[in-house]
Amino acid sequence: MTETPPSAPGKGCGEEDCACTRRTAMKAAGATLGAAAFATALAPLTEWAQDLSVDQFLQKHYREMSPAEMAQVLERITSDTLKHHGVQISISDVKPRPDVQFGYALNLSICIGCRRCAEACHVENNHDRASHNSYIRVLEMTQGSIDLEQGDATYTHAVPAPGKYYMPIQCQHCDNPPCTKVCPVEATWKEDDGIVVVDYDWCIGCRYCEAACPYHARRFNWQAPEIPAEEINPVQAYLSNRIRPQGVMEKCTFCLHRTRQGRLPACLEACPTGARVFGDLADPDSEIRWILANKRVFVLKEELGTKPRFFYFFDK
Amino acid sequence: MDHDPIPMPNPTRHLTTYPRFLWRAAGLATDGGLRFYAWMTVLTCIALVGAHAWAIQVRDGLAVTGMSDHVSWGLYIANFTFTVGVAAAAVMMVIPAYLYHDHEMHDAVIVGELLAIAAIVMCLLSVTVDLGRPDRFWHLMPGFGRFNWPMSMLTWDVLVLNGYLLLNLHICGYLIYSRYCGQRPDPRWYLPFVFLSIVWAFSIHTVTAFLYCGLGGRPFWNSAVLAPRFLASAFVAGPSLIILAILALRQLGAYPLGDRPVKLLVKIIQVTALINLFLLACELFTIFYTGGAHLASAHYLFFGMHGHYGLVPWIWTAISLNVIACGLFLWSGTRRRIWLLVAACVMTVVGIWIEKGMGLIIPGFIPSTLHEIVEYRPSLIEWQITAGIWAAGLMVYTVLLKIAIPILNGRVRADLDHRPTPVEQATSITEITAPPAR
Repeated sequence: MTETPPSAPGKGCGEEDCACTRRTAMKAAGATLGAAAFATALAPLTEWAQDLSVDQFLQKHYREMSPAEMAQVLERITSDTLKHHGVQISISDVKPRPDVQFGYALNLSICIGCRRCAEACHVENNHDRASHNSYIRVLEMTQGSIDLEQGDATYTHAVPAPGKYYMPIQCQHCDNPPCTKVCPVEATWKEDDGIVVVDYDWCIGCRYCEAACPYHARRFNWQAPEIPAEEINPVQAYLSNRIRPQGVMEKCTFCLHRTRQGRLPACLEACPTGARVFGDLADPDSEIRWILANKRVFVLKEELGTKPRFFYFFDK
Repeated sequence: MDHDPIPMPNPTRHLTTYPRFLWRAAGLATDGGLRFYAWMTVLTCIALVGAHAWAIQVRDGLAVTGMSDHVSWGLYIANFTFTVGVAAAAVMMVIPAYLYHDHEMHDAVIVGELLAIAAIVMCLLSVTVDLGRPDRFWHLMPGFGRFNWPMSMLTWDVLVLNGYLLLNLHICGYLIYSRYCGQRPDPRWYLPFVFLSIVWAFSIHTVTAFLYCGLGGRPFWNSAVLAPRFLASAFVAGPSLIILAILALRQLGAYPLGDRPVKLLVKIIQVTALINLFLLACELFTIFYTGGAHLASAHYLFFGMHGHYGLVPWIWTAISLNVIACGLFLWSGTRRRIWLLVAACVMTVVGIWIEKGMGLIIPGFIPSTLHEIVEYRPSLIEWQITAGIWAAGLMVYTVLLKIAIPILNGRVRADLDHRPTPVEQATSITEITAPPAR
């Protein structure tokens, strides 16, 4: 419409377009190169994703699964364990028994600190062998103090040592558990019989529960557990001793695959002194109720208000 | 609607203007001189190293970190805590600009708000890399997974951090887009959000403090003064970072702001740095005078315990840097010497990064809840991932500034942009000249 200025915009535009195209091409090349570099950098993810199936990715929360869906999941876990560990397992989803409230008591007067409970836990619950993981930690305490600060969990000498007593510590299955409260995805909760459990297939591995637990009861799978095939305990349950995936939280389940079927926890069976007493707090005739009524009983860190279901007592 | 006091663009015009704005933004974000490309290349390389380290960590498990069942959070959560503070500190620019109508701050406020966006991105990255199962992130999405709200403080953090990100994206995006359109921004579309973001900024750091101080089993964190301390230190480190950004932009000739924003920020730091040190002193008095359960972690942190001294050099470095920087900020000579001001800001940022990170998160776990001492040292993978997150954050910040500054300067505007292309010209001519049908 207006007169063309002498600088000939047609030519100028052409040059600009040319520069623009070159620049755009450079940018596109840079972006492609960058994307390729990131794909290469992230390559280890593809190796990791090989073991993940769509079913696993979409699996529902334990409490939302129908019995049929649970059956499918158990089937998949069975075939995966056969594939990865070479072991045929029998896995079930053991439900709480009605009107049962589990509790545990430990006699500090006769515990000798032999750590056989910790070892039994290690074997029963299919723990990683290299890290020698166990849900139980035994503290060697100095007589005259119940201050944990004076305890030592790494002793290697013969037991019982003079002037010492021993305090095994595992999940206290609190009635007011700080760990379940903090979980952002409800991957850990308290069951009707009082057992605090983890859905290993729902946990996102944030480890907030581990920070919240005042008893060092939780363990994280820093890597996928490794167990020789011949050492794997094939009797497993979904919420307890099945082989855990990498990157999720785990903890003591009072051996619910045993105790919910009328057996005793592995740690109790292994104890050579009879220091451990396990039973139904709802049954007035149970041994554990007798102990609560007749012994000088205390719980750990009572001042925190966690209301443990794990009781300690002295005989003499 | 009929008697709108502010001229609003015809709504349908946005259908063409907004895509053009986005296209221009993409161009601005990727155009620059040699220095810009060099800077972005270096950042990309660091981010690549971090991405690779993270992929290895996901494949092999968090065993590749220095963390353990005793010290179950480490560098990632430390860095997370610090960056939440940086994000919250943008509010220190927003309050004077909008609450006290300080118009000279209006141009500077965007530098702070964009920093908040970059910092939130870093926060979200820091928690993501800390997850053992990042593939299950959807369990955390409200409506899809099982969101343990309101009980878990972590779900609150998810809400407030993402909310703060959206708020700042909206405020910055709206202001920049309005400028691009050549329109005066409509206060109804951003002022309520600005006031909300002021409250929200306090909430993100408060909720993050509640993550830790709500845990009865960790006496070192279980202190009511934790949230105030978080805020105080954030309002020292954040403004320091913003000062550094403003000075860098001025040095590069990219966005020469007046002296006032820097002066105001220094004034803010003079107060907050003192409050920060005061609150630290309160905490130390309560811990060391009372003794008992709270003492063990602090003793380990400051003086070591039973032959373990892992954090002692860290914390004394932090305390020295913070005290010296506080002195520098208070001394009037610092404001006349730019290099001293830069030194004070850098010291503050490093000092608070250590104090809020390694000095706060790690001693919460040492001694453990069974009073065992297991020390923690970040592994190479952790350093690589953390560096990668910082590089990613700086890239986001650079790109956002590259887009915002030319538009705020008025150099890039919709009407200047709209040079009709030959095709458009042709169509418009046809539109005008084409004879009506029949």
